[in-house]
Amino acid sequence: MTEKYNKPDARGHFGVYGGIFVAETLMPAITELNTAYQHYMKDAEFIAELDKDMQHYVGRPSPLYHAERWTKELGGAQIYLKREDLNHTGSHKINNTVGQALLAKRMGKTRIIAETGAGQHGVATATVAARLGLECVIYMGAVDVARQSLNVYRMKLLGATVVAVESGSKTLKDALNEALRDWVTNIDDTFYIIGTVAGPHPYPAMVRDFQAILGREAKAQCLTQAGKLPNALVACVGGGSNAMGLFYPFIDDADVKLIGVEAAGDGIETGRHSAPLCAGRPGVLHGNRTYLMSDDDGEIIETHSISAGLDYPGVGPEHAWLKDSGRAQYVNITDDEALGGFYALTRMEGIIPALESSHAMAYVMKLAPTMKSDEIIIVNLSGRGDKDMQTMAKREGIEL
Amino acid sequence: MSRLAGLFAELAQKNRKALIPFVTAGDPNPEFTVPLMHAMVGAGVDIIELGVPFSDPMADGPVIQRASERALAHHQSLRTTLAIAKEFRKTNGHTPIVIMGYLNPVEIMGYEKFADAVQAAGVDGVLTVDLPPEEAEECAELLKARDVDPIFLLAPNSTPERVRIMDAIGSGYIYYVSLKGVTGAGHLNSAEVETKLAEIRANTKLPLAVGFGVKDAETAKIIGNLGDGVVVGSALIKEIEANLHNPAQAKTAIIELLTSMRQAMDN
Repeated sequence: MTEKYNKPDARGHFGVYGGIFVAETLMPAITELNTAYQHYMKDAEFIAELDKDMQHYVGRPSPLYHAERWTKELGGAQIYLKREDLNHTGSHKINNTVGQALLAKRMGKTRIIAETGAGQHGVATATVAARLGLECVIYMGAVDVARQSLNVYRMKLLGATVVAVESGSKTLKDALNEALRDWVTNIDDTFYIIGTVAGPHPYPAMVRDFQAILGREAKAQCLTQAGKLPNALVACVGGGSNAMGLFYPFIDDADVKLIGVEAAGDGIETGRHSAPLCAGRPGVLHGNRTYLMSDDDGEIIETHSISAGLDYPGVGPEHAWLKDSGRAQYVNITDDEALGGFYALTRMEGIIPALESSHAMAYVMKLAPTMKSDEIIIVNLSGRGDKDMQTMAKREGIEL
Repeated sequence: MSRLAGLFAELAQKNRKALIPFVTAGDPNPEFTVPLMHAMVGAGVDIIELGVPFSDPMADGPVIQRASERALAHHQSLRTTLAIAKEFRKTNGHTPIVIMGYLNPVEIMGYEKFADAVQAAGVDGVLTVDLPPEEAEECAELLKARDVDPIFLLAPNSTPERVRIMDAIGSGYIYYVSLKGVTGAGHLNSAEVETKLAEIRANTKLPLAVGFGVKDAETAKIIGNLGDGVVVGSALIKEIEANLHNPAQAKTAIIELLTSMRQAMDN
């Protein structure tokens, strides 16, 4: 690339993707948010406060860990794990919620709302709301409430109200619908913390910017530890925030391959999956144009993945752009393959990954052996597996 | 002149306000809607808004969400909504029809094909809830070229600048959402609506239809005195929901409610 990457444009477009597709009632709130975001991202005092929180509250920088035993086992590229699982609350989600909550505080908002799938973003939001003394309401599909009860309890402990959403498919997309309805009703005092790089502009860019700290760290750490840039980056993609955070600082480094891993569920060919980039088509949902899982009538199709955090019919618009432009490639991993990644990392390195991150691990198991031993893969270990213990034990027929 | 522009010009001369019912196409079943539309015309409505069922109706409250879910259970869609409009047009050539829905079905169909299909169905206006004017230029031009009016929403918190934007791109009428929030919510503050409508009229000559919060003859009369048209949706759909096992009863209740609104607005 000769020109420096500078997307999105002023109205939030990544090529034909992104933009602002919301009801008129939300436009003033979106405009207010965008103005505040543009202002504070250049405000030295805000940045200093954010940096301080990232260091002392989140626990950054997270390590870049050379997984030597697993590397040897797979017999190819050197594998480095970006340890976002070691952050406070156990995933990369906190990077974004700390940033947006500080913004909410500056904007004088007293009430925080959020949607959540697996509950990681809900927990990360409830956490920062507790710390700042803000009222917090988390919308979560009734199906997810049932399968992620541990995180529901965590959110309640932190003082949040968890609303089980009974409409539609009762999963993440319906939680997002309900959060949007809340926002439009309580627009004056409420800040909506979206958890991924989707939604109307400025969310995709803003969430990416808050998550990019992990990519900047990984780049510097790789140069220090290995003396050169990695050959490939691998990250799982649901909405795509952990992948975008890792990819973004490397977009202009044309020799670094960017690989996003979608959830193939029971297999792409079964139709029971959550892989819009691999098997969907462009459309508009939740405020942006992007790849979606929708039928010939434009209705949104229900998705499937073993990991609640990847169980979403859309994906961030910047990924749609990176796909079409050929800068990034998107692959998919089935539930069964993801379980292979889960067990491998656990047994080889003593690190239990989240089921979401396990998709990335499973792809590394395919990719690493095809590469040379002087080549490097950085894989984002976006979250830890504690939240998935019940799901895994149940699969193994064990009652906890 | 579009059918909508003609209608509002005629109503202004008669000093009559438009009564605009909203129902979701195909709720509670595909056979229900066309006869209901004709009966509503008989009860004195001026324009019919047909909701296009969508899986993720983000701007709608629970009542219209459930209407969408019922219609979707019968595989209703944008295509079947247009078929319903076309069927109605066979025996009614004068009552304007506006379809109201979300953008994704339109994106999947393709803008040009959509504009052609809308025109062929005899639909007069298109309101796409999640398509603000900034993103609407291409679609609006295609519709206008076919004498179909692109209709936009304004909200209590819309700035004068946004009113001017809607005025430039929209036609037919502007749908003023009188409450913050989703459809079917809250209580109406008529003084606030009056102030806001005056503000809006300073920046557009388009007729103003007012909706959200109209539930009975009394609220219809109040709104009728302020705007050029009164939109009633959730209150009608509640009658469908209350009579799911007896759609004929739902139809009777809807016609009674609309008749009482018409009378209140005309007196």
